Amino acid sequence: MSAPTNHESVRVEVRGLRKSFADHEVLRGVSFTVERGEIFVLMGPSGSGKSVLLKHIIGLEEPDAGELLLEGQGIHTEGLRDRYRMAMVFQSGALLNSLTVGENVGLYLREHRLRPEPDIRRIIAEKLDIVGLKGTEEKIPAELSGGMKKRVALARALVIEPQLILYDEPTSELDPLIAITIGQEILALRERTHATSIVVTHDRDLAFGIADRIAMIADGEILEIGRPEDLRRSQHPLVRKFLTADFKPKP
Amino acid sequence: MFRDIGGLVLLFWRTLQALPLAFRHRRKVLEQFYEVGLGSLLMVCILSFFIGGVLALEIGPVMVERGLANYLGGIVGLGLCRELAPVLMAVLIAGRIGSAMAAEIGSMAVYQEIDALRTMNINPIHYLVLPRIIAIAVGLPMLLIFADLVGWMGGALVCSTNQQVAVGMQSFLSNLRSTVEIQDVFHGLIKTFVFALIIGTVSCHQGLATIGGPRGIGRTVTKAVVNSIVLILILDYFLTHLLVQIEK
Repeated sequence: MSAPTNHESVRVEVRGLRKSFADHEVLRGVSFTVERGEIFVLMGPSGSGKSVLLKHIIGLEEPDAGELLLEGQGIHTEGLRDRYRMAMVFQSGALLNSLTVGENVGLYLREHRLRPEPDIRRIIAEKLDIVGLKGTEEKIPAELSGGMKKRVALARALVIEPQLILYDEPTSELDPLIAITIGQEILALRERTHATSIVVTHDRDLAFGIADRIAMIADGEILEIGRPEDLRRSQHPLVRKFLTADFKPKP
Repeated sequence: MFRDIGGLVLLFWRTLQALPLAFRHRRKVLEQFYEVGLGSLLMVCILSFFIGGVLALEIGPVMVERGLANYLGGIVGLGLCRELAPVLMAVLIAGRIGSAMAAEIGSMAVYQEIDALRTMNINPIHYLVLPRIIAIAVGLPMLLIFADLVGWMGGALVCSTNQQVAVGMQSFLSNLRSTVEIQDVFHGLIKTFVFALIIGTVSCHQGLATIGGPRGIGRTVTKAVVNSIVLILILDYFLTHLLVQIEK
């Protein structure tokens, strides 16, 4: 595979997406568009279909109905992945446990033979430094905490220099300081590469801190889409409940 | 099991299509080859030594009683290299290597590592399946050669030391040399090569199809080993029939 050289970000369209597992309909006609270079946050309670939607966008799941378009072409179009660079940061990190941290981060470059070995080593060190894990190249994933694994997964995604990057719960299991660092890195990555970012989260602070637009999803349906300030003004009872819930019992 | 045949054939076809990439994945092939070959060598030698010995012990007294002691080397030699060693080595490797392959790939599927490969545009068949199938297809026939040699030695030793048989080692080996031809060894090697492809394909296919948590991985390993052994034993009959026809 040759290295795709296009640095422009991509536009994503989701049209009438439906997906069921057994008798349970997880996505019920979801539609939205993510513009080039936008940070689009999908927010909603657990089990609302956010992660399944993300897997459809990256092409890991086939929809029962509806379309997923990347720059106007179906996500499963032959050769699409050779033309556009996409990356996903999984909730669990999904690091290859048989490889070291350095091998995980450099996997994409080595497998596609995109750079000479000394360059790959330099890039690995650089990306690990960005996520605050300098010098961990020789560690194995089993030696890392959940948060560190997630940061290695982010470094692995950064190596791809993606035009579209998907984050599945990027701040879950992280302490607040690291969560802020990850949020800042999502913003910095957009500044550096103008990548289109889709973030799935139920972390309200992260969503309102980084999003250009937020879509609120519940029971496989989009309830509301808008800028963060629009969402704060939403009158939809479920959206209001999700945004205003706190630990204090209601009188 | 028979429901999976279509998936197995498809996976095997896709792996064949990826064969030109084998050199590119040579490091992974060598790692797997080490597991299949060196990792199993001692077990193969111990097993085949005793299989040769038992074969001589079972057949020896009957043949001596009928005045056929001079043919014992040939019978044990042929039985081992044409049938027993290929089948029993394949069963051993299905249990030792096939289960490990299914468990490793199954755990990668459950913990989203295979999804991660796909998102990086890395084909799991090229990255995981191809090196394993090449390693087992080369490694198992090589193990068979060791199994044949050690098994013959086991048979010779039992014949020469057991009072009921009492056929000298020289006589046993000389009869074996005059009876067993190179095509008999190839007969076993061809069978073993086919069995290796079955073990590799079934194990990788089961691994890739794993769902659920640790229980799912456990089910995958059981299915990989059982399906491999059942297919080996069924195909052994048809393969033997075909090879015998060709030899005529």
